[in-house]
Amino acid sequence: MTQISSTDLGLPGLRSGLDGVPSSGEKQTGKDFTSDQEVRWCPGCGDYAVLKAVQNFLPELGIRRENVVFISGIGCSSRFPYYLDTYGMHSIHGRAPSIATGLATAREDLSVFVVTGDGDALSIGGNHLIHALRRNVNMTVLLFNNRIYGLTKGQYSPTSEVGKVTKSTPVGSLDHPFNPVSLALGAEGAFVARTIDSDRKHLTSVLSAAAAHRGTSFVEIYQNCPIFNDGAFDAIKNPDTKADAIIPLVHGAPITFGKDKVTGKPTKGLIRNMDTGAIEVLDLGPAADQYAKDLLLVHDAHNPDPSTAFAISRLTDSGYLNQTPIGIFRQVERPAYDDQARDQIRTASQAATGAPTDRLSYLINGGDTWTVV
Amino acid sequence: MYSTSEASPRTKQVRQLDRVIIRFAGDSGDGMQLTGDRFTQESAAFGNDLVTLPNFPAEIRAPQGTIPGVSSFQVHFADHDILTAGDSPDVLVAMNPAALKANLSDLAKGAAIIVDTHDFTGRNLTKAGYATSPLDDGSLDEYDLHRVDLTGMTVEAVKEFGLSRKDAARAKNMFALGLLSWMYGRPTENTVEFLSRKFAKVPDIRDANITAFKMGWNFGETTETFIVQYEVKPAAMAPGTYRNITGNLALAYGLVAASVQSGLPIFLGSYPITPASDILHELSKHKGFGITTFQAEDEIAGVGAAIGASFAGQLGVTTTSGPGVALKGEAIGLAVMTELPLLVVNVQRGGPSTGLPTKTEQSDLLQAMFGRNGEAPVPIVAPQSPGDCFNAALEAVRIAVTYRTPVMLLSDGYLANGSEPWQVPDVAELPVIEPNFATGPNSTSTAADGTTTEVFLPYKRDEATLARPWAIPGTAGLEHRIGGLEKGAEHGNISYDPANHDLMVRTRQAKIDRIADSLPPLEVDDPSGAAKVLVLGWGSTYGPIGAGVRRVRKAGYNVAQTHLRHLNPFPKDLGDILARYDKVLVPEMNLGQLSMLLRAKYLVDAIGYNQVRGLPLKAAELAEAISELVRSAEGKCLP
Ligand SMILES: Cc1ncc(C[n+]2csc(CCOP(=O)(O)OP(=O)(O)O)c2C)c(N)n1
Ligand code: SF4
Ligand SMILES: [Mg+2]
Repeated sequence: MTQISSTDLGLPGLRSGLDGVPSSGEKQTGKDFTSDQEVRWCPGCGDYAVLKAVQNFLPELGIRRENVVFISGIGCSSRFPYYLDTYGMHSIHGRAPSIATGLATAREDLSVFVVTGDGDALSIGGNHLIHALRRNVNMTVLLFNNRIYGLTKGQYSPTSEVGKVTKSTPVGSLDHPFNPVSLALGAEGAFVARTIDSDRKHLTSVLSAAAAHRGTSFVEIYQNCPIFNDGAFDAIKNPDTKADAIIPLVHGAPITFGKDKVTGKPTKGLIRNMDTGAIEVLDLGPAADQYAKDLLLVHDAHNPDPSTAFAISRLTDSGYLNQTPIGIFRQVERPAYDDQARDQIRTASQAATGAPTDRLSYLINGGDTWTVV
Repeated sequence: MYSTSEASPRTKQVRQLDRVIIRFAGDSGDGMQLTGDRFTQESAAFGNDLVTLPNFPAEIRAPQGTIPGVSSFQVHFADHDILTAGDSPDVLVAMNPAALKANLSDLAKGAAIIVDTHDFTGRNLTKAGYATSPLDDGSLDEYDLHRVDLTGMTVEAVKEFGLSRKDAARAKNMFALGLLSWMYGRPTENTVEFLSRKFAKVPDIRDANITAFKMGWNFGETTETFIVQYEVKPAAMAPGTYRNITGNLALAYGLVAASVQSGLPIFLGSYPITPASDILHELSKHKGFGITTFQAEDEIAGVGAAIGASFAGQLGVTTTSGPGVALKGEAIGLAVMTELPLLVVNVQRGGPSTGLPTKTEQSDLLQAMFGRNGEAPVPIVAPQSPGDCFNAALEAVRIAVTYRTPVMLLSDGYLANGSEPWQVPDVAELPVIEPNFATGPNSTSTAADGTTTEVFLPYKRDEATLARPWAIPGTAGLEHRIGGLEKGAEHGNISYDPANHDLMVRTRQAKIDRIADSLPPLEVDDPSGAAKVLVLGWGSTYGPIGAGVRRVRKAGYNVAQTHLRHLNPFPKDLGDILARYDKVLVPEMNLGQLSMLLRAKYLVDAIGYNQVRGLPLKAAELAEAISELVRSAEGKCLP
């Protein structure tokens, strides 16, 4: 089985995404984070698995429930906040990142999550998503990518493959899809990862790293919609094909995948073509160990230059998904917008002396004034 | 701070006037806004009452010398209290042919015109569309024309500073200011101080401007071109400290005050748009008050971030103009549904679409009222003068916080950039706004076995205001989820129940209607008590309506006036007041939006007086319309 569950938990010595959020005294469980509302997704929907994983992962953060806020947009996945007993807002289509920006900037003591879909984040809300990434506001964005519009009953989405036949595209869709990871990297994302709804262990480890990262953490979650796009992720879930389909990214390890039926060793690896600079898949053949030493690309999520991460992200099929890298593509430190905005206010407030009412009086009496007696 | 300055000594014949209207007009690169602003500050320091009207093109630099590139600044100053920037200038300063052509039609015959002859070249005349020079062809015979080579004399005066010709000529606006300052006996020391400060880093430019300003003064005093000086005595004003203030600045200060008086830090989410951007600029300077300003990627993100900040327990504010409000509609609906405090400031401009970005209009009233899907009532507050923007901002925040609702504050381009002397309020007398955050459970629930637990119901309402609790993240035990889907009464969970939806729609409306309980009675100005006609306005038409009403009364007619600060809900006594008068005239800078609301709500035959020229209403024209209505209401025949 492909091992993809080891990830970094933040860089040592740097501010964590949870700094400033009060820690909970007592031990909490998944139940503490579960609301009394009945969950209403279709049977078999990938959203269930992610909800369970999140409910179980939140207590591990060791922060207070009342300091956790989930903001979502509109879509099946965006119902998420109702099922968590934290603070939450199910907002409007595509706008969750902007609402979360205001929230996270206003309050350092909150751990802010955004839950969004491929339509919500990449169609109507594309602008807000890229600007949140660019600013690097301290929040964790969970993009549930089912490559379809679920809630509106099955139209193609901006991640659907070209030629997708849906109610709105009876003879096939025409528009080329976005690769969410490439987009996030292009938008200056400092933490960019991809995981899978059904791999609880990997999902949890990526979420932990994302929450610990200070700034906007972007996590694309492949999520199956059995009703409108069933099987979209079969190649990476089917035990017979997944070893060849998933390219696991583990910081510090050579990037290899595939599995030899006899030896169990990887059959493929990523190399840099020294002539073109491109990242390519190489069939390792029998000399796998030899290659691993000399040639294979070692994953460096902390590389300040995002171009290799971007090149790796291009290995995802844009059509039917037969191959895709999974893991943390990029995890670098960059000042967070909200920290800096609060710093500016703190500096100015500290420089200001006197009661606010006196300062207000001084302000409005400024400029050229005259007195009538 | 300084007291009212003494006028400078007079050397020529002095004529007394009770009021004067001056318009400085030139190319947008000629510094007319600065010139007008300085003249205004001098007049304010002198103690006149005044009202100003800047008017500038939407283009930053339209082609030089053309009519679209003309920028002007009108200042009306008087020895008594005045309400408008005046309909028709007594003096026009025209720096080039285009400025003359663009403004001439606003002058009455006999008005004074001062032109910079230097710029009346063949090329400039052609650019302005003149076939022959109006200075020579007799077309200005009925005006009091003064030809002055402003540029030539300026260049000559500042020769010693070794500036390029272009830089030297740039000081011509200060020459003109010096001349006008002499003519009206304005105190000059503030302008000299101002120039020293403004150009402190470029001494030669500083000295050139100060010299040009002084030479302009001396020119008036020594030449024969101008034989009279005028005097407009200070106006009697209530004792207090005054400053000249624009509406956008007053509005920004009102927001700072609202923050101080509520203890809520302001979070402004905004996207730049004329004529609202100056509020963003101003608030960005006041981080020391804990104010966050966030320049968003678009208007939707601006209001979204403000809503997020309100959810977090700050005072979410978003500032924009009509096109921005159009984009924010869905998010404002979210704030209606989630019942969070939010202030939306719309500095209205000419519409529709991009319309007239730098001009004024009141055509977004119905957008504020109805520009959202569903039954989504939003309170509306409007300031009536530049200085009043301060109070209106405080009042809008009071409503937003007390009633947990988005509030629309409708300013406009005229209020935003226009100015007037403002009596600086005493901070101790400003209202205090109570956020009243929820801190614990507000109800008990009884289980089947009879045991009770304390619970928090996020949609349980205050009996008086119908407002729901504002429970902010970080408050233990009050965790709850809100959102745009319909809420069940009290518990606030999603509900698709038909009866619940009907109840919630009515309750949200009732909450907004309840605001009327907190409003003071309307002030009706009806000195004789015998008026049959009521003139009712809202927003920036206050000045022109007041001036129009004064003229009508001076002519011996009775007329009543009242002005609305609250457009939604209307004050409770409005219906009775409307019923007391035979005729109701509603002047607006739109095609009758308030009239439509009044007609719908009170079945009153509101008569519209409507102008959409992108400019404030003219008091004289309005007075005509009022007089005519009064005559017909009183059964008098038309003269
Ligand atoms: C302004 C607006 N436009 C359209 C819709 C309808 N709508 C709701 S969800 C959705 C697409 C959701 O797709 P996605 O984000 O992929 O979420 P999923 O349901 O697949 O989880 C659309 C078009 C809406 N709610 N609001
Ligand atoms: S439509 Fe698809 S995405 Fe939506 S709940 Fe059903 S299975 Fe899940
Ligand atoms: Mg989807």
